[in-house]
Amino acid sequence: MRHRPLAISAMFVGLLTVSIPLFAHHGAASFDTSKKVTVKGTVVEWFWANPHCFLRFDVKGEDGQAVQWVVETQSGPNITPLGYTKQTFKPGDEVTVTLTPVRNGRPLGRLLSVVLPNGKKLGVGAATSGEGRGDESQ
Amino acid sequence: MQKRLVVPILALTAASVFPCLARAQARLPGAVYDFDRKSEKPGPAPERDISGVWEPANGVSGGIQGKGALAMESCKRDPKTGKYAIDRNAPVTDTGYATPDCLKPDVEPPYTPLGRETVKAHIPVEGYRMVPDALTNDPILKCDPGGFPRINLHNFRTSEILQTSTHVVILYKFQHRWRQIWTDERELPKDPENPAWGNSADALPPEARWWGYSVGRWVDDYTFVVQTNGFYDDRTWLDNAGLPQSDQMQVEETYHRADAEHLELSIKITDPKMYTKPWIALDKLPLRLQSPHLEIQEMECSPSDQEHWNKFFGNQTGATTDKAK
Repeated sequence: MRHRPLAISAMFVGLLTVSIPLFAHHGAASFDTSKKVTVKGTVVEWFWANPHCFLRFDVKGEDGQAVQWVVETQSGPNITPLGYTKQTFKPGDEVTVTLTPVRNGRPLGRLLSVVLPNGKKLGVGAATSGEGRGDESQ
Repeated sequence: MQKRLVVPILALTAASVFPCLARAQARLPGAVYDFDRKSEKPGPAPERDISGVWEPANGVSGGIQGKGALAMESCKRDPKTGKYAIDRNAPVTDTGYATPDCLKPDVEPPYTPLGRETVKAHIPVEGYRMVPDALTNDPILKCDPGGFPRINLHNFRTSEILQTSTHVVILYKFQHRWRQIWTDERELPKDPENPAWGNSADALPPEARWWGYSVGRWVDDYTFVVQTNGFYDDRTWLDNAGLPQSDQMQVEETYHRADAEHLELSIKITDPKMYTKPWIALDKLPLRLQSPHLEIQEMECSPSDQEHWNKFFGNQTGATTDKAK
């Protein structure tokens, strides 16, 4: 109890630590970093590569038509410590994805977090093996 | 009650004012950083020894200079916030961000007219001129070799230095590359356009290279200096922000063994085609010695993987669509 304020502080700083999106390959020119979008969809492809992995998934709109979204994230070695593997997603998985959208209005974005079919949530951030100065302005 | 709030408020203030506090935590699993050993008093530096597995001492981010060469940032940080003076919501056009505040001559390298013309032809995805991926002409985004010194000025990650009686070899994580630095007393080619090694009359003249020709010498027991020339002409960029280099470039790397745990890396660029005078591109980047059992991860760039990413993502990020307008 005596250390509660310190614990709260640690949690806050910890939150900042893991919430900073950091990429090495490119900056934020493509993204509207003031926005955050959450969509539910069905996985089409989980592409595991360097310098960026991406997740392709279909989102059904109110008109019943599917729109295919693509969200990129960091390279495989960088996101492995966060719990991602090459087998994290398989086609047909139902997922809920939170992302930073691109500026041009297309269904593309940078992954912020994803909820897996089993309810487990995975994120991204500086706790990975590092990305850095590239996006510090975000 | 008020006292109970003091510490969280201080933490909030510190984290807001000094974003570097949060940034410093980026880490490679299994690696040790200076922030893990705050009360450490490192032992003395061993003589003439820079071997080992090295990692940026202040966290992984320390070696990634996305916005350009560290000591010559094209866009200075705000001293109060620690952030770059970029308007992240500035309008994006097909020529990139509108960030005039960052176009300050005093933070530019000393370009020659050709250097300035060349940098304008380079369209990067980082730095004050960054554009969406669909519009870039950065050669490494086709998986071309980043070359030297970009390997150090853009994306210096876990690396291993091996020393033998005749050379030093550096194994780099990024793009899974390596360099050989001769320590057998040979001289650099005097003229990169007509090169020949100095200590062997029948040696074949070396061809131009992505990584140049490197020779190294100990200037004292703790300082190893490497000279490199023999580059291609403008096939590679100097850094991630598109700074130019030419076949006339000579790079001086200084590896200073500061103590038992640390190595400092500095880089000086001399290139009369692109720059009016030599300039320091990296100033004592601190590296920390790691366990010899720390594995260097694979960060290979596969052209077919890159093509797949471009098809579904990179090529779709162009700035102008009806919605964007």
